[in-house]
Amino acid sequence: MITLGKALNHGLRRAMEDDPKVVIMGEDVGKLGGVFRITDALQKDFGENRVIDTPLAEAGIVGTAVGLAIRGFRPVCEIQFDGFVFPAYNQIVAQVAKMHYRSKGKLRLPITIRIPFGGGIGAVEHHSESPEAYFAHTAGLKVVTCSNPADAYTMIQQAIASDDPVIFFEPKRRYWEKGEVDLDAPLSGAFPLHSARVARPGSDATLLAYGPMVRVALDAASAAAEDGRELEVIDLRSLSPIDYPVLFESVRRTGRAVVVHEAPGNVGLGAEIAARITEECFYSLEAPVLRVTGYDIPYPAARVEEEYLPDLDRVLDAVDRSFGW
Amino acid sequence: MAKGESVAGTDIPPGGFVQLLTPDGERIDSVTAADGTTYSVDFTDEEYRELYRDLVTVRRLDTEAVALQRQGELGIWASLLGQEAAQVGSGRALRPQDMAFPTYREHGVLYCRGIDPIMPFGLFRGVDQGGWDANEFKFNQYTIVIGSQTLHATGYAMGVTMDGKTGSADGEAVIAYFGDGATSQGEVNEAFVWSGVFNSPIVFFCQNNQYAISEPLERQTRVPLYQRAGGYGFPGIRVDGNDVLATFAVTRAALDNARNGQGPTLIEAYTYRMGAHTSSDDPTRYRISSEVESWKAKDPISRLRAFLSKQKIAKKDFFAEVDETANKKALDLRERVLAMPDPEPVTLFDHVYPNGSPELDAQRDAFTRYQASFEGSGH
Ligand SMILES: Cc1ncc(C[n+]2csc(CCOP(=O)(O)OP(=O)(O)O)c2C)c(N)n1
Repeated sequence: MITLGKALNHGLRRAMEDDPKVVIMGEDVGKLGGVFRITDALQKDFGENRVIDTPLAEAGIVGTAVGLAIRGFRPVCEIQFDGFVFPAYNQIVAQVAKMHYRSKGKLRLPITIRIPFGGGIGAVEHHSESPEAYFAHTAGLKVVTCSNPADAYTMIQQAIASDDPVIFFEPKRRYWEKGEVDLDAPLSGAFPLHSARVARPGSDATLLAYGPMVRVALDAASAAAEDGRELEVIDLRSLSPIDYPVLFESVRRTGRAVVVHEAPGNVGLGAEIAARITEECFYSLEAPVLRVTGYDIPYPAARVEEEYLPDLDRVLDAVDRSFGW
Repeated sequence: MAKGESVAGTDIPPGGFVQLLTPDGERIDSVTAADGTTYSVDFTDEEYRELYRDLVTVRRLDTEAVALQRQGELGIWASLLGQEAAQVGSGRALRPQDMAFPTYREHGVLYCRGIDPIMPFGLFRGVDQGGWDANEFKFNQYTIVIGSQTLHATGYAMGVTMDGKTGSADGEAVIAYFGDGATSQGEVNEAFVWSGVFNSPIVFFCQNNQYAISEPLERQTRVPLYQRAGGYGFPGIRVDGNDVLATFAVTRAALDNARNGQGPTLIEAYTYRMGAHTSSDDPTRYRISSEVESWKAKDPISRLRAFLSKQKIAKKDFFAEVDETANKKALDLRERVLAMPDPEPVTLFDHVYPNGSPELDAQRDAFTRYQASFEGSGH
């Protein structure tokens, strides 16, 4: 049993062993091992040329990664916290996402941008945000997030091995959660990076969640089971592209869907997912697709973040509403 | 700073610049800058003539592009008129192994890289977005977002160091082009910070053409741009950007320093954009004709021509032949630009992801079906 954070660390290490062109870059990733210690001991073992403590400049981290990628490297950028990705936003959406298209496929930018995201750790402002929709809206990027140590270990390696630029969101409040990880499992035998996962099978309604909210959805399903409702929980894993066939299959079977995410609901991923399910599964639906999300406010102060974050009760309440339709 | 300071009186910016060829075509043997570096060139007659040919050719191709734009064949064009010496001087100083990161105006550098001049026309005609292979030509795609490419160049230069390709006379160097307006961007300042900190093999080549669209230099800076370099821990130098010899000498020295492991240099090529910012711009709204006239007197081509004539390096028939050859190239370019086909609509979906995306494949299929529904239906 290892933590999700440690699983990422092992995954990064293995990616660096497998490919000498993989370099890690970011603020404090070297000696310190990152503020969450995800890159712990990597600089010690791979040297300062492969684990680079950068100047404090996010546009610089991503912008130089572009140049390194053109040069043939495979950069893994760490953005220290979600709220600090915006100085790099221009480089990500205007350069990283578009360069393959612009060059008619001549340039590949196999860049992974790791971003610890989401709330629930009692942090000050700019440290708890869920900016995934900004990136999922941008063609040319792949956007993924993991919810457990085993997936974290596999997915970080897949993201790095992928020729696509990948925004890799790490659910920071799950960094310390433990799970079984097969550190010897070959990457070739793993699920495709863009595939969703049925985290808990069920027949009465489908809960759709990703990253930090998968745990909440699973807890809600356990609680619902005590009341005799079997909820299926789907962990999206990939937010762009979304593995819709898995979602559609489940919702056609259960007839009910509730999407759960921490990010504000307005123009969020839940809206997209609800629309798609409605388009594709209309005749199977017993109720409208419902959403449980953060409110449309800036991420609030830590003392009231529990009010903001979707929790088990809000999820169950939405399930009740779905059944009451 | 430079001996050139006394040469042309008020024409020289405060602080001077490196100049090896005066606007009248007088050759200055060598110039020693404040830091003790001496700049000079030692060209054969043939090399002088080829430089002249470059200048004339890139101007002629540019003129053709401006005409094509006016005739509605290009959506927009960013003219290099007036900046030929800055581009040819720096472009010819590059070695084959060096990598260049341009903006959208570096058609002259592109030409010097030996690249088919038609390449940028896809972008300006609107049939593609560039689409050439940066690594094949050692010349990155044009970058529209001001300043972004300076970071790409910086990262590339870090990679050169990591690949062990610096520290010797035949190492690799990187050059990043940008304008005076770009120096206000955060990303350009980050590029300076990074390159200084990592002592990267990079030359920052700023073409100070005095305007960022309508905004004059004073809107970007209170100090001469080349002086900024000191704050980042590397040398900055200003060169007469209308003097192809000086531009060549200064760039070559900076590139050699970079490839030898001595780190970055900021070059400010002091020049002037003679035309509009792009074909969408009306420069009469923000600058007076006497200013434009005063810069005309410093034209990069006429001064080299004066020198070549005075020194009897070239005669009338050579100049005529150069004009004629350039003209042919321009007309050939015109024909090929006019023949550039629009892309097939379905290619819209190509190259978004190296290995595709199921979602996008579905959209492409739907698009194809939709298009096909019109076929044979009278549309
Ligand atoms: C980030 C950004 N902001 C604004 C623009 C619009 N724009 C295009 S060129 C330009 C002026 C650039 O001036 P300068 O850097 O001096 O280069 P020049 O065009 O004079 O060579 C502006 C404002 C842009 N392309 N990118």
